[in-house]
Amino acid sequence: MLQIVCTLLLSMVIIMPFALYIYNITTKKKSFVDPVMDKVDDGIYRLFKIDTSDMDWKKYVCTLLLVNACMVLVGYLILRVQSILFFNPNGIGNMDQSLSFNTIISFMTNTNLQHYSGESSLSYLSQMLVIIMMMFTSAATGYAACAAMIRGFLGKKMGNFYVDFTRIITRFLLPMSFIVGLILVWQGVPQTLYPNYTVFTIEGKLQDIASGPIAALESIKHLGTNGGGFLGANSSTPLENPTIITNILELFAMMILPASCVFTFGHMAYDKYHEKKIQAGNDLSTIKDNKHVWLGSEGRSLFTAMAVLFLIGLILCFWAESQGNSAVAANGIVQTLGNMEGKEVRFGIAQSSLFTTVTTSFTTGTVNNMHDTLTPLGGMVPLLHMMLNVVFGGAGVGLMNMLIYAIIAVFICGLMIGRTPEYLSKKIEGKEMKLAALCIIIHPLLILGFSAISVIVPAGLEGITNPGFHGLSQVLYEFSSSAANNGSGFEGLADNTLFWNITTGIAMFFGRYLSIVIQLAIANSLMKKIDINESVGTLKTNTWTFAIVLVFVVYIFAALTFLPALALGPIAEALTLGI
Amino acid sequence: MSKKKKNKFITKDILLSSIKESFVKLNPVYMIKNPVMFVVEIGFFISLVLVFFPHLFNDEGNNLSLYNAIVAFVLFFTILFANFAEAVAEGRGKAQAETLKKTKKDTQARLILDDGSEKMISASELKKGDIVLINAGEIIPNDGEIIEGIASIDESAITGESAPVLKESGGDFASVTGGTTVVSDWIKVEITSEPGNSFLDKMIALVEGASRQKTPNEIALNTLLVSLTIIFLIVIVTLYPFAIYSGVKLQISTLVALMVCLIPTTIGALLSAIGIAGMDRVTRFNVIAMSGKAVEACGDVDTMILDKTGTITFGNRLASDFIAVDGVEKAKLIDNAFLASFKDDTPEGKSTVDLARKLGCKIDAEQYPDVEFIEFSAATKMSGINYNGHKIRKGAGDAIAKYIKERQGKIPADLRAKVDEISKLGGTPLIVCLDNMILGVIYLKDTVKPGLVERFERLRAIGIKTIMCTGDNPLTAATIAAEAGVDGYIAECKPEDKIKAIKKEQSEGKIVAMTGDGTNDAPALAQADVGLAMNSGTSAAKEAANMVDLDSDPTKILEVVEIGKQLLITRGSLTTFSIANDVAKYFAIIPAMFTVAIPQIKVLNIMNLSTPSSAILSALIFNALIIPCLIPLAMRGVKYKPMSASKMLGRNMLIYGLGGVICPFIGIKLIDLIIAPILIMLGI
Repeated sequence: MLQIVCTLLLSMVIIMPFALYIYNITTKKKSFVDPVMDKVDDGIYRLFKIDTSDMDWKKYVCTLLLVNACMVLVGYLILRVQSILFFNPNGIGNMDQSLSFNTIISFMTNTNLQHYSGESSLSYLSQMLVIIMMMFTSAATGYAACAAMIRGFLGKKMGNFYVDFTRIITRFLLPMSFIVGLILVWQGVPQTLYPNYTVFTIEGKLQDIASGPIAALESIKHLGTNGGGFLGANSSTPLENPTIITNILELFAMMILPASCVFTFGHMAYDKYHEKKIQAGNDLSTIKDNKHVWLGSEGRSLFTAMAVLFLIGLILCFWAESQGNSAVAANGIVQTLGNMEGKEVRFGIAQSSLFTTVTTSFTTGTVNNMHDTLTPLGGMVPLLHMMLNVVFGGAGVGLMNMLIYAIIAVFICGLMIGRTPEYLSKKIEGKEMKLAALCIIIHPLLILGFSAISVIVPAGLEGITNPGFHGLSQVLYEFSSSAANNGSGFEGLADNTLFWNITTGIAMFFGRYLSIVIQLAIANSLMKKIDINESVGTLKTNTWTFAIVLVFVVYIFAALTFLPALALGPIAEALTLGI
Repeated sequence: MSKKKKNKFITKDILLSSIKESFVKLNPVYMIKNPVMFVVEIGFFISLVLVFFPHLFNDEGNNLSLYNAIVAFVLFFTILFANFAEAVAEGRGKAQAETLKKTKKDTQARLILDDGSEKMISASELKKGDIVLINAGEIIPNDGEIIEGIASIDESAITGESAPVLKESGGDFASVTGGTTVVSDWIKVEITSEPGNSFLDKMIALVEGASRQKTPNEIALNTLLVSLTIIFLIVIVTLYPFAIYSGVKLQISTLVALMVCLIPTTIGALLSAIGIAGMDRVTRFNVIAMSGKAVEACGDVDTMILDKTGTITFGNRLASDFIAVDGVEKAKLIDNAFLASFKDDTPEGKSTVDLARKLGCKIDAEQYPDVEFIEFSAATKMSGINYNGHKIRKGAGDAIAKYIKERQGKIPADLRAKVDEISKLGGTPLIVCLDNMILGVIYLKDTVKPGLVERFERLRAIGIKTIMCTGDNPLTAATIAAEAGVDGYIAECKPEDKIKAIKKEQSEGKIVAMTGDGTNDAPALAQADVGLAMNSGTSAAKEAANMVDLDSDPTKILEVVEIGKQLLITRGSLTTFSIANDVAKYFAIIPAMFTVAIPQIKVLNIMNLSTPSSAILSALIFNALIIPCLIPLAMRGVKYKPMSASKMLGRNMLIYGLGGVICPFIGIKLIDLIIAPILIMLGI
């Protein structure tokens, strides 16, 4: 427990300066890297003849989709012909159609759901040029969409996709990946282009030890909330995550960008408020200096709501795992350490349950233990957090989803104080509600719809390896992970089949792009509205009350939707096991 | 009239017609307008089919037909209650419209033809631009402007105010409304509205709710409710295969019951009733809102632009002090001021008499039976009396000065200073003289209406800024503004200034409300988000405004704003309540559904409901009964007290949010206690 508290406190300390840095990147404020990076960026813009002027929302969305589509095309081709290309020391064959389709969508959408094992299905070239490249670009895409959405909500111009996309890569993702990668190498993670090692084990047998440019992938895998492992066993193997230091480093790396987006939002909202005050000609001495603002009160209420949701989940998961598995206990095995099945001894219950909750809340999808062998309630937490998809969430998109729930919350709260609803000084009207409603329908539709199909059609049923309630949990997990663009696997599902590749591919695709398009459309329509006046009669969204209301709205609108399904999956399993 | 009506929530007539109406509204073509209730109706039809073919979907269970019948029965009542809520709300408006319609029927018009002759035609045949003559005792056939004549008109048919009002051609009192009656004299009126489009027609349509369109906020809320309904439909449809996979047998009617419980039926049923009732509350207040949108906008008002005269002050200047010039006893001034005024019926005169009495004037008016009263006229600018050869006058400074000079009187040296002093304070000086001697000055003050200071205080508490518009000079304006406690004022205000002020506020994102009556107010009324025109005003003003106050009381805008807020709060609170209810319903139904297949799930049955079917039916019955229980609240609106937004949010969240979570736990448990033994007897 103490471990968890210390890790989380330390993470806050580390995130803070990064959050300010990301805020500077987003708002193009001065920062210490400008002298070098401005030149680099300008060089890139010139090289590709990029027009860096502001885009309207349609252009922004189209550019985003087009850039993604190009990368999908190139990536798909590489996967299909990887056997004849270079950097293939292990002689990996071409990937088949449906798996390539699934893999390419999976990585382009920042999901990183893997229906393959890296060591046996991808050449080093594919790992580097497809997987690692997309890990950068998909994270940058998510961040760019989020930056545009924040700007729209605050009534500013949406910005330029290329600029946002470039700046976050050159100023944050690349340099940070470099640093994190070096630390990982120091801790023993391989970074090489040599083929796999074949060793003679003490058992007297031959064994292949996988190798390759693992550290490079590992760093961006977490920084970009991607989560797809170089190896099938992901961050539970010592090759990807050898020590407690790398474990904590990976934890922090995946928390930085999503949390920073919330901070950035808070700061930008504060800036707007600040500018307005100056415009109104208020006495400057009464206004708090920008330096003293560490989160901005609008960001604070969202951050609080996310943190509350996160902690509730974490406590439940940690408690459930510490209890151990009663079926194991029934066989006379003492579980003083808790439920250690499928966990790494070097991480233990605390680091495992923390990693599990973080990876599904921040929708990274990397795993350092087997989620399939979590206790039913312990396994429900990652499942639920992917269903909510707002507990910090993936790079940028988590905040975007939370903003949608904020719109719904202000809609109800606004009415309760006798005003038509408004958020961040913008009126929420029929058009925004329509789009927001569509946005909250997509997620349950994808998860529940596809899960239902899977338990009806034989092709789906064949993939389920566990009977009964746990089997349903597997299915729900797979589609939650896809729709939330998380990518972690419950595993245990025999998922490399045409049915699963295609259905999860569709879930990932719509879960990602449909949401982004709708959310930017909302941002656009809010952007065009004139700011309404604020008085004591207007709803304050920067209060603790609002944060609590937001938590309830998320639980009632998102969690209750999934409750019947959860009741038949993890809850039924927990109850029949005797918890 | 308004007070009398308020007390009656529902009459027998309305009740009967509403019951009838709730059955008529069962028609699916009508129901589809309310998607949430339409889904319930489909659920009803499905369970109805299952009554006769209980094994259609291979369902199993004891006495399945009867169980399905009970589900269908409860669903039927759920829909009926929803329709009833709407019908009651409409019924109250309709009753009002009936009375209005009676006025409209069989009105004859005396049309003046081009050659000057008269022709009797039916009022419905009158066209815009026709000229009609209306004599005493006749009903004005349609809206128009008086072009000739002067008459007192009884407008009680529209306003409920029985005292007749004077209308004459030219100026701001020339417009007449169809349906009102000329009490004395005659008028010639030029018709200004097309048949079927008069004020009365509009009013009938409005109170009847026939032309009611969903307001923007209602549409937005409806979107939210529909999306929730879709989400829960997805939940229910997918639950069936999940259950089959997990080896749980679910009856279709149970799924229907769960779905109806989860979708926001409570607010779905009451939403349109709340809207209609909100409009109705405004109407009962004798204000006609041209659209629900206007009432809704009231809730958002940030700034109110109010005319000083008539709205904030009485407009009539009232005596507040007597100031004698040097060498004159104050008592003498008071006595003479009294004498000059005791026959004067103007507010200035009356208030002078009152003040003189208060200050100890003991003159017995009956000792002066045959004095000659000189009335105020625009030419002389003074009034007074002649008795026993004495002439007492009171009047404006320059007029009295001229009058005294004509009589070789002397102007006291300190008069100028005293007059200036009063002007500076925003008052009007009235000089009193006896024969050719000036005695002193009556200080007339514009008085702020009682209670307004507290009202503005209330408005400030809910964040509404008030701006006073006046034609007075800045000094006077500042004095009154400070006295009334308004937040800002515009002095020497011309109609253009009002529009400018409104536009400026709107550019800052504020929602502006204003009142007005004159033709020159019309553009400003149109520009404002909420424009309240006085019924006594010109038809141009009424046309431009989105609300008309039939009592012509400008201060009513304050109440209308509160009604608007109350409407939105009611809507929000019931939505929250409805959604919060789901938590308890889940705890009732989920364990009940799965308990046969997964016995351990009974730990979730925290209400300890007796049997699965009793749990499901209890939740369903609660879901139905809560609708009629909340109808009075929907009609009346939730209690509204001005307070800051955060405080109000906390309070309403506690009552309707937390209450919405707790209340169904209690309700469902109670229903379960009652129905469980009955169900066991029936073998379900």
